[in-house]
Amino acid sequence: MLRHFWKKLFKVSTRNAASVDRGILVFENTSEVIQAETILKRMEYPARVMGPPQDIQTGCDLVIEFPLLDQLKILHELELNGLQPLQVVPITSSLLKPVDIFYTKDFNDYLMVRAANMKITINKQEMKIVNISGGGCPDVPFLAYQLVGKKLSEAPRPRDLGHTLCGYTLELAYEELKKTCQP
Amino acid sequence: MPAIIGTVPDQNFPLVHGFVKLSGNNLLIGNHMIPVNRGTPASLAAAIKASKALGGPEIYAFLTGDIGRGNGSRNLYEFLTNHIQEFSFDIITFHYLHPILHWHNRLLPAFESMKPRPLLIADAGFMYVAKMSGQAFRYDVFTPDIGELAFLADEMAPHPFYTRGFIMHQEANAPELINRAYTGKNSAKALLVKGAKDYIVSKNKIIATVDNPSFEAMEAIGGTGDSLTGLLTLLCAMGYDTVNAAILAAQTNRWTGYFANPNPASQIIELIEEIPRALLHVLNNYQTEKTNVRN
Repeated sequence: MLRHFWKKLFKVSTRNAASVDRGILVFENTSEVIQAETILKRMEYPARVMGPPQDIQTGCDLVIEFPLLDQLKILHELELNGLQPLQVVPITSSLLKPVDIFYTKDFNDYLMVRAANMKITINKQEMKIVNISGGGCPDVPFLAYQLVGKKLSEAPRPRDLGHTLCGYTLELAYEELKKTCQP
Repeated sequence: MPAIIGTVPDQNFPLVHGFVKLSGNNLLIGNHMIPVNRGTPASLAAAIKASKALGGPEIYAFLTGDIGRGNGSRNLYEFLTNHIQEFSFDIITFHYLHPILHWHNRLLPAFESMKPRPLLIADAGFMYVAKMSGQAFRYDVFTPDIGELAFLADEMAPHPFYTRGFIMHQEANAPELINRAYTGKNSAKALLVKGAKDYIVSKNKIIATVDNPSFEAMEAIGGTGDSLTGLLTLLCAMGYDTVNAAILAAQTNRWTGYFANPNPASQIIELIEEIPRALLHVLNNYQTEKTNVRN
């Protein structure tokens, strides 16, 4: 495991390291990216979830952008939490940014927030999630099953159960909904 | 005979295939019972309900359990790549599958070499990977909503999550987004765009729009797009061409709203229950219009 760790570190340090100050962590799947983001946010590292460069896209991907200077500490922290990125790559081209535009629709008794292809709706009086729609990845029906019927304050966060970009998009809509509903 | 391919939100659900029946609020396939919620089960339930109302064909399904980890989808991609030649279908609808590019690229040639080649409809996760592969134009119909249409219009986005902000996801921009999707070769031959106004498009030409009756609440209800895809599948299997099937499916889906009188908390099964009434209403009008045109 340690050898693998140093190999990855070496790969980065010999590739382009002088020309860039940001790198990306590539993981096996989106669930691992979400876990890694949670860990790095907790440690207050300036890490951002982004889209992978075209040459390493496989289908339903996220990567974590991070300052290369913090690479050693970050890999160590992830390893302590049982996470190992598949690749650590310096950024040499621009990354795709996650969607950051939200649409809100007020149905009088209900409020719906849409982020990209995902929508979440609550009953305003009871603050209960009444519907989740949109999306196309297989965790959407699963997330809907887990969240619909629960109060916003008691429902699990989509990021804790989701495994795909649709799950992550639902998390963004959910966060926006929470912000909108704050007194 | 039509087939629908997709997933069930239960990680222990095995890979199964066969004819599907609807019993109350559940689907039955082999010895397995699946509650009709959103996603592929909703699409199947809508197709079955419509088929029963019209005396149509049985619906075949290929299903696997997947809660987003991709394992179930991967098994299904592999099974289909190796075995689809053993089956014969007129229509195949790809639905909630984990988008996995390399598997898509193995699967598509296997389906295209079926004899006769079936009509290929893609929705949900499979539409995402079809677009990402750069081979969208090889499909017959895509069924995006407005957010997904913006994704098809953005030649750089591998998933709706990355649709760039300057490509506005607003209904008023739909014609521009449609044109952009076709120009970038990121559209199927035909599109059924689901929204406040549904657009039926063939080869970059808007053939029809459907916006009546209109129920804003339906946008919030999970599964309304899935039921629309199920209706489209069944109507294609009944012999309607893709454009007419898309128009009739869009109208029928709206009329389920008229009969169910939904609010944003309604669940998709309430709308699916109304499919027979809605379908007969729409088809009666269709026949009357055809007769009037002839006279």
